[in-house]
Amino acid sequence: MTLRRDLLRAALVSTALAAAPVAATAQQAQPAGTSAAASPAPAGTLRLVPHAALSVLDPIWTTAYISRNHGYMIYDTLFGMDANGVFKPQMVDKWTTSADKKTWTFTLREGLEFHDGKPVTGEDVIASLKRWSARDAMGQKLASFVERWEAPDARTFRIVLREPYGLVIDTLGKPSSNVPFIMPKRVAETDPSKQIEDTTGSGPYVFQRDQFRSGERAVYTRFARYKPRAEPPSGTAGGKQVFVERVEWVFLRDPQTQFNALVAGEVDMVEQPAFEQYASLKAQPGVEVINAVPLGYQYMLRFNHLHPPFDNPKVRQAAMVALGQEGFLKAQVGTPGLYKYCRSMFPCGTPLASDNTGFYTGMADPARAKQLLQEAGYKGEPVVIMQPTDLASISKLPIVATQQLRQAGFTVDLQSMNWGTLVARRAKKDAPKDGGWNVFLTAWTSADLLNPLTNPAFTATGEKAWFGWVNDPELEKLRDAFARATDERQKKALAEKVQQRAVEIGTHANIGEYMQPAAIRKGVVSGIVPAAAQVYWNIRKQ
Amino acid sequence: MIFVLRRLAAAVPVLLVVALVAFLILRLTPGDPAAVIAGNMATSEDIARIRAQLGLERPLPAQFLDWLGGVLRGDLGESFFAREKVSTLIAQRLEPTLMLATCTIVLAVAVAVPLGTLAAWRMGGWLDRGLSLVSVLGFSVPVFVLAYALIWLLAVKLQWLPVQGYRRLSEGLGPFARHLVLPTITLAFVYVALIARVTRAAVSEALTEDYVRTARAKGLSETRVLLRHALAASAVPIVTVIGVGIALLIGGVVVTETVYAIPGLGSLTVEAVLNRDFPVIQGVILVFSVAYVVVNLLVDLSYLALDPRIRY
Repeated sequence: MTLRRDLLRAALVSTALAAAPVAATAQQAQPAGTSAAASPAPAGTLRLVPHAALSVLDPIWTTAYISRNHGYMIYDTLFGMDANGVFKPQMVDKWTTSADKKTWTFTLREGLEFHDGKPVTGEDVIASLKRWSARDAMGQKLASFVERWEAPDARTFRIVLREPYGLVIDTLGKPSSNVPFIMPKRVAETDPSKQIEDTTGSGPYVFQRDQFRSGERAVYTRFARYKPRAEPPSGTAGGKQVFVERVEWVFLRDPQTQFNALVAGEVDMVEQPAFEQYASLKAQPGVEVINAVPLGYQYMLRFNHLHPPFDNPKVRQAAMVALGQEGFLKAQVGTPGLYKYCRSMFPCGTPLASDNTGFYTGMADPARAKQLLQEAGYKGEPVVIMQPTDLASISKLPIVATQQLRQAGFTVDLQSMNWGTLVARRAKKDAPKDGGWNVFLTAWTSADLLNPLTNPAFTATGEKAWFGWVNDPELEKLRDAFARATDERQKKALAEKVQQRAVEIGTHANIGEYMQPAAIRKGVVSGIVPAAAQVYWNIRKQ
Repeated sequence: MIFVLRRLAAAVPVLLVVALVAFLILRLTPGDPAAVIAGNMATSEDIARIRAQLGLERPLPAQFLDWLGGVLRGDLGESFFAREKVSTLIAQRLEPTLMLATCTIVLAVAVAVPLGTLAAWRMGGWLDRGLSLVSVLGFSVPVFVLAYALIWLLAVKLQWLPVQGYRRLSEGLGPFARHLVLPTITLAFVYVALIARVTRAAVSEALTEDYVRTARAKGLSETRVLLRHALAASAVPIVTVIGVGIALLIGGVVVTETVYAIPGLGSLTVEAVLNRDFPVIQGVILVFSVAYVVVNLLVDLSYLALDPRIRY
């Protein structure tokens, strides 16, 4: 027995030593199993590696992007957002608005049906919108204006508002989490706080539940009776044509395995390769890098307004002046051409983007920051920055933030943890010394940040607001005015005011934008539709 | 029989302690499945609501007793994320891990025992020195480095084998075997080093014993001396290290399954840990613990057959 114990001890040590770097490597993948793929996929099957493992099948219950993308496979939407950011009808054929702008009547396209063969009706739409609006922030805002939802006949639904609301179409066409997907009434009547069990949709693909392996593989087949629009596809709008019989999502956690599987032709596409692999991917003759989500992503630094030193707006301003986007982007993304400087809080290139950001330039100015910090009366309170070491896509950002804040005179306590711990800790309102925090950094798909209502960092309702708990009635007033504005110019002006106020009070800092293009098999895969979210219609495979 | 029953009875408190410790560690370390489920857009209120739905707001003793009661009824609970029975998830992932572990241990034993025996027989020779080199490499080269090197050569460059994935035995012996070759070699390497070294040490010690000298003096062939006397007498430590190896495979498969994208218990564990999917982590730990107890019991029982002097 002694021998066994000795051997066990020795072997444990050696195995632990051998495994340690591997664990670290494995952890570099984004939080989210494995795959069953291996031999080349048949021509009618598109086999791809999604950016995360699919576990939750209800895109209304969670805001996870992988569940949103799953939603785009099997559900359809009332409106879509085209490549120019314009909302276009999708399931909707036509709509009218009453003169007082309070009654919106929509007619569904003819012949829409669910995967079970039942027609899509106004009642299905109303039930879906009710459930979605119980979860989604923009949906909640719309619902707060709604006097009643009606389905006067099978192909019609009506939204009657208490007062005019300027974002009805924008809300129904919202392209990112949570997307108002349309489900059968019997499914949509599920308690919004519980996950749906039935995955029947009316979208271009049918989810093969029996072949689903949580965290490992999801299989979709073409919905033969799907009726695409006649217009060409554009963003999440236009005709959703399907040219492959089957789409398999096989999740490969390890970025190097993703690379090898693509090069060997075992998968046709990798949705989001690791940043450090783009140079190698571009050098591969059989691989093409293609930007399927041109809006890109935005990095964000968030302050906790509840505790010192960031309970002081002047200290937040000093910190924002200390931050330089170039440092973050070079360290985290690295590859030139995949990142860009953008001082606007709304994603650059989108309708509400504006360079009118007051003192925040996105260029580090440590000397000025030091001066501001002194004026703010900073007493050297440690700034706790949380670093998610297992999330490769953002793990370097906190290190850069630490350096830039220290250069400005802040005392910084950089604390390493994994993403699972970070998301739990950021929900705590305790003081940093009691397990709370001062700063965390995250990334957003830009489609989530398009206006003052979708971007959660603009919520300023104090304890009920997004983590960081900004409390600013004036900002809330501006957001509310934006929601009520029905004129585009007025909306743009109000969005700019929201941005200016947000900068002034230091809700958060945009610390740069980036792209994470997909890698596909050159000459094999074609027809990818650039959209606000990764979508898989119109794709052909040779 | 009484020994077996006694050992099985003794395993019950062990498993209870494992269950309790696993439960407490998960609950007391930072991290919250509700926060992971809720996503980036959530608010503290959303997370609190999900926590309540998952039953995480209830007192820890109540949560533990509920879970333990379920386990005693054969119910390991439900995944927070997949909303599937943990037992179903484990059953789905069991075959790849079992197959990988079995192939690994068979390959390791088939290579290591003859190698160790021959190295002991020709101690100081080229084979012995070669074994030392293999052992050093086996212990020092991280599994993932070996895996990437093998993939690059055999899968990407030569395209003899697939890069990743797993095919079930029911899909045919050919695809099944092709997908297991690389992971098995990768994972077996360290066990070849471990088992071969122990075999070499045990056999070389046995070769110095009087009974070996007597056997040689009787004129027995070297093969017979080596196999019937030296190796047979070394069986206990060799079987012991094989048993330890099987137990350690539990850790090894996590890494190998990740690199080769094998949908087994290892990858299920990684996923569950990153998501803080408590029921799945607890279920997997319990299954691994039971496997560990059973392997140890089988090793102890094998001593009876290998060494007549041992009695329990």
